[in-house]
Amino acid sequence: MGKRSVIPFGPQHPVLPEPIHLDLVIEDEKVIEAVPSIGFVHRGLESLVQKKDFNEMTYIVERTCGICSFMHGMGYCESVEHIMNVEVPERGRFLRTIWCEMSRMHSHLLWLGLLADGFGFESLFYQCWRMREKILDLFEMTTGGRCIFSVNKIGGVLKDIDGDMMATILSVLDGMEKEVKDIRKVFLFDYTVESRLKDVGVLTKQQAHDLGCAGPFARASGVKMDMRKRGYAAYSQIDFEPITSDIGDSYARCDVRINEILQSIDIIRQAAAKMPQGEISVKVTGNPNGEYFMRVEQPRGEAVYYVKANGTKFLDRMRVRTPTFANLPGMLETLKGADLADVPILVITIDPCISCTER
Amino acid sequence: MAKVKRSPWLLHYDGSSCNGCDIEVLACLTPVYDVERFGVVNTGDPLQADILLITGGINTQNQSVVKQLYEQMPRPKVVVAVGVCACTGGVFKDCYNILGGADTTIPVDIYVPGCAARPQAIIDGVVKAVALFQKRADEYSAKKERKN
Amino acid sequence: MAEVICPDNVLEEINVDELLARVMAKKNAGLRLSQACAVCVNGKYELSYSFANDDTYEYTTLRAVIDLDTNVPSVTAFYPFAFLYENEMKELFGVKIDMINLDYHDKLYRISAETPFLKKEGEEK
Repeated sequence: MGKRSVIPFGPQHPVLPEPIHLDLVIEDEKVIEAVPSIGFVHRGLESLVQKKDFNEMTYIVERTCGICSFMHGMGYCESVEHIMNVEVPERGRFLRTIWCEMSRMHSHLLWLGLLADGFGFESLFYQCWRMREKILDLFEMTTGGRCIFSVNKIGGVLKDIDGDMMATILSVLDGMEKEVKDIRKVFLFDYTVESRLKDVGVLTKQQAHDLGCAGPFARASGVKMDMRKRGYAAYSQIDFEPITSDIGDSYARCDVRINEILQSIDIIRQAAAKMPQGEISVKVTGNPNGEYFMRVEQPRGEAVYYVKANGTKFLDRMRVRTPTFANLPGMLETLKGADLADVPILVITIDPCISCTER
Repeated sequence: MAKVKRSPWLLHYDGSSCNGCDIEVLACLTPVYDVERFGVVNTGDPLQADILLITGGINTQNQSVVKQLYEQMPRPKVVVAVGVCACTGGVFKDCYNILGGADTTIPVDIYVPGCAARPQAIIDGVVKAVALFQKRADEYSAKKERKN
Repeated sequence: MAEVICPDNVLEEINVDELLARVMAKKNAGLRLSQACAVCVNGKYELSYSFANDDTYEYTTLRAVIDLDTNVPSVTAFYPFAFLYENEMKELFGVKIDMINLDYHDKLYRISAETPFLKKEGEEK
């Protein structure tokens, strides 16, 4: 039996854009246990409900995370709308769906880039980020912002996508579909990439369920769960099936996410074809009173928004349970028994978003 | 010190930012915006870094980390606060765990506004930082020559 | 057209004494603990434990209302990963939770403010 030692990992680490700290207990080259310590990004934004009214909170919630900012805002707005019985116009719901899927595409491309950087494939990293810029350009064209574009409001959305913009979006997506299929070949069939990802960090379906994992991380282990099936925004009118894999290793997680990019392109096309004309938002009066749990599917998995209102313009409580919070136990499980050299890859494969987690 | 001319190294640290500014800093380093054409190189090692790009506000836990990173960097050094949170605390200023902008902990030379800061603004900040770094490096070597 | 599976959320009010028994029943039914959180209103804590069924998308929440000084048993015996949620409740709200399997002792986020979400009496806006 080898000697045990503890290696600190993070918070400032070259492969991590965000700070998380892990104490890795290792024996020779194998990790025996990993103990996380978080809190480097904790701001306490949930406490701002006492200082900002429920309309202003939309902008605070959007700043939970700069990657899935739109979805955070939407999840919060949908839960308040549910409490207040506000019916969002059809066109507003379709617009939300389109921006959601574009967010998912840019998040997954970002992740693929970071993964490529994690195993040292620099040019692939640059390719993914170059493609991601095209989505950001579409965001800029439709909303004026790149990362945080604040187009949600309680009762609908603030900006419309007109016919010309829609034609541009669809033509950019046509080009992207081809490019994604090209990099898919590299990620899934390149010998060196395969050797870094296959059989690394296997999580079985039972483990994924028992550890409460969510999103692509759980779907790669065979848990067929996708909150979009609940039909929020306009997903009830879109035809799609959750993408799953039965293998549960890092390779499967990569596979699931690449296929989700292609699925998102398909969903945007369906939404563009079905989107009706009309209003994009309704006027909302009064204050919310009641509570609701809203669940939306973010790029990283299921996010839960809990809003409790008391009839005044200040909420009692706003809680966000983000997907990385649910996926952390799963990550700690995959780290057990892993080689020290694989630790960065394993940390990246859950697609950690630390600023979401700690809020 | 003449050798370091036009090739300062960049270190990026995420304070308690929402990620928006971080991915914009990273986007700056990738082909479309490419700040590396100004001669800077991104590094993960504070001991070799000359310019610190800091995003997000300072909270009680990361204060010591930021201080340590700053102290590990060799002189001369330049600090750029990217985004409104790193400048003043931004929308999170009222949160119980936020002390304020980066200048509550370390001296900041250049402030880049925006939420999230746009790549063009970040590039602007980096170009200013490179110029300031050259100036400080020149002053440092002039001082050294006088001593000799 | 895709089939929409969106049953309404269910809220079950329970007594804190029966918390462990009810959580065990959920565990045996194969549900996933989706989230746990606390709210501090009117001088009392409201604890919510939400369970999700990933096949039918049902969402059930167990709600226990307790006084500020009541001790709560930990559910980590059934859901080990709940330690993150329980440490969070403990640190941010000051809920007294016993026997967490991995107790950070109020050092999860390492904040300087003490239980910032706890509204003391008279401090309500």
